[in-house]
Amino acid sequence: MIHAGSAVWFARHEARLAWRDWLAMMTAGKRERARAVAVGIAAFVIFMHAVAYSVVGRFAGAALDKHLLIGITATLLLSWLLMISQAMESMTRAFYSRSDLDLILASPVAAHKIFAVRISTVALSVAAMALPLAGPFVDMLALSGGARWLAAYGVIPAMGAAAAALAVAATVALFRIIGPKRTRLIAQVVAAVIGAAFVIGLQVAAILSYGTLSRSDVLQSDAVAALTPDVGSVVWWPARAVLGDAWALLGVIAASLILLAAVIAAVSPRFGEYAVTAAGSAASPARRARVRTAFRAASPRRTLRRKEWMLLWRDPWLVSQTLMQMLYLVPPAVLLWRSFSASGGGGAYNLLVPVLVMAAGQLAGGLAWLTISGEDAPDLVATAPIPRRFVLRAKIEAVLGVIALVFTPLLAAIAFASPWHALVTLCGIAIAAASATAIQLWFRTQAKRSLFRRRQVSSRVATFAEAFSSISWAAAAAVAAISVSLAIPPAAIALAILGGARYLSPRREAAG
Amino acid sequence: MMHSIPLALEIRGLAKSFDRPAVDRLDLSVRTGEFYALLGPNGAGKTTTLRMIAGLIRPDAGSIRVAGIDALADPVAAKRLMAWISDEPMIYDKLTPREYLEFVAGLWGVAPDQAQANAQELLDWLALAPHADERCEGFSKGMRQKVALAGALVHEPRVIILDEPLTGLDAGSARQVKTVLRERVRSGGTIVMTTHILEVAERMADRIGVIAHGRLIAEGTLEELRLLAGSGVADIGGATLEDTFLALTAEQAEAA
Repeated sequence: MIHAGSAVWFARHEARLAWRDWLAMMTAGKRERARAVAVGIAAFVIFMHAVAYSVVGRFAGAALDKHLLIGITATLLLSWLLMISQAMESMTRAFYSRSDLDLILASPVAAHKIFAVRISTVALSVAAMALPLAGPFVDMLALSGGARWLAAYGVIPAMGAAAAALAVAATVALFRIIGPKRTRLIAQVVAAVIGAAFVIGLQVAAILSYGTLSRSDVLQSDAVAALTPDVGSVVWWPARAVLGDAWALLGVIAASLILLAAVIAAVSPRFGEYAVTAAGSAASPARRARVRTAFRAASPRRTLRRKEWMLLWRDPWLVSQTLMQMLYLVPPAVLLWRSFSASGGGGAYNLLVPVLVMAAGQLAGGLAWLTISGEDAPDLVATAPIPRRFVLRAKIEAVLGVIALVFTPLLAAIAFASPWHALVTLCGIAIAAASATAIQLWFRTQAKRSLFRRRQVSSRVATFAEAFSSISWAAAAAVAAISVSLAIPPAAIALAILGGARYLSPRREAAG
Repeated sequence: MMHSIPLALEIRGLAKSFDRPAVDRLDLSVRTGEFYALLGPNGAGKTTTLRMIAGLIRPDAGSIRVAGIDALADPVAAKRLMAWISDEPMIYDKLTPREYLEFVAGLWGVAPDQAQANAQELLDWLALAPHADERCEGFSKGMRQKVALAGALVHEPRVIILDEPLTGLDAGSARQVKTVLRERVRSGGTIVMTTHILEVAERMADRIGVIAHGRLIAEGTLEELRLLAGSGVADIGGATLEDTFLALTAEQAEAA
């Protein structure tokens, strides 16, 4: 019998809420989609196993040496950073959204119990989110190399616990050092860039050392091997745990749980106080804009565009997400800069073309999704004396304007060295951005921007179509840089994806 | 009888069905410079009617004319003369009231100098001036509704459509809003408003329409409605609008 108000009772309550939240997110609130979602997940799991086999199958029987430990440790570190990023995002949300906080604090139960459960739930949820991605790799390694690889399943929750502990500690530390108002933005930015920074750092190192974007060249180098400790060091325990070393596994699990327990014990008694302060700061009206009393003359379309740019610029979550996507442009920029000094940089430019086209497609998709579907005053815009197509056109122009602003400097730099590559990249960026925007336009919904914090509310079909369209256009541009005629097949695939997305998009009344 | 004053709003045979008829062949006329209150129980079709007038929903049948302009044939021209406010303030959290008013004025194509003067006047009237350059994200419901009202008035609309504009406002904010609306009618504007606060309709409206099951079941001044309610109201002379409204809607419910 579970007693009401006990930690287990709260855990069951949280689990039920989390399950319903996840189900609603996956099915977009339509229960009849549950079967399709189950089929989709099964297909994804099978697909991931096939991918995993092709990627890691050959490492299953690898002998334990320093290079193997470095490779596994780097993979774990990257996964862990991404988990920390996810946990920080969850903790920021827990602090700043009031949700059921009033109810909990007004009830006669010990609030620290539910906050302890809530922090543990964050740990479990980040581990649970890692499982579908990591699981297939573990399965394939176990299938090819033996059951010892199954020990990796013990490492995943341990990493989740450690990530949640660190995320909670970091968020609380930020809260106390810079205050609740700034913490929200800084935590979001840190969460957004923390995972990307590791990958980008490795890529920049690879470019500077080897002139390629390959991270493995750095990790497998003798220089890194010489800098790292001996194979017996505690640093390799997580990697050893993955490889089936029972003592290392126990050590990693114990250390993670102790860390999480310590953070829960330290933070949960004051969690309510922090959350109340955070909620109070969110309601503060003190944010003043630059005072400019003179109104500017502008057409309705220009007025709409200006509004969209202002809202995009003032959205801290979007800025952090965009910043992350911009960070991915740092390695190509470094590669570009490095290629200037080398003669015959054609190879580097061929590499840059798809990277930039892909980045443009992804950035345009993200911005278009928020700009077109997120509208805080839909009735106001709908009752304005302008045709509806003007509104959509202004929103699209706002998105493409941002893309132009971001990519023009890079295009100009490429044009300086190779006008042909710049032309191909320009066409690729324009088409990929237009395609991603069109997909988001076809699948547009209407909701307040504050509801768009998690991209998951976007249509699954739109998200996948946008990603595959960007990949196909990137491939087409990469091939076109070498031979235009060879670009026809990937371009045809991209067009087929667009056609499919258009066919699957919801029917709408003609714009008035 | 022909009206000498031109009609600000003329609705004929308006109909809209969702899973059942929401508005059922509704006829409604509002004169220029009139404050018209539309009352009715929940689900009577008030909001659907107003949303069709504002151009937010397309009717299944019927016609809507705004100051003589066919709003279905030329919605842009009709929208130029109108403003719409719902009970949920339509503002942008990340804009300041001044930026919001500049945006709305831009959409309606108001000249910058005129828009700026109108905006400042409205900010002063609605006691928003001290917060004119703060982002709206921290504003209370009352302040947000006042910003939305300022936005609706900044382009000097001839017809203002309001759906429950006083819901959730404190007494002070409600009074400021009512004062601004009265002033707008005094200067020749036309207001069509739904409200659940019958005292507001009783005090402010020139004429009141009662709608039930998507149809106009009674219309007139408060006195005319009292007479229409007849035997349903115990003491006709002292009957409040609430008594009259309940009597009229009860009669309709019995008839249905």
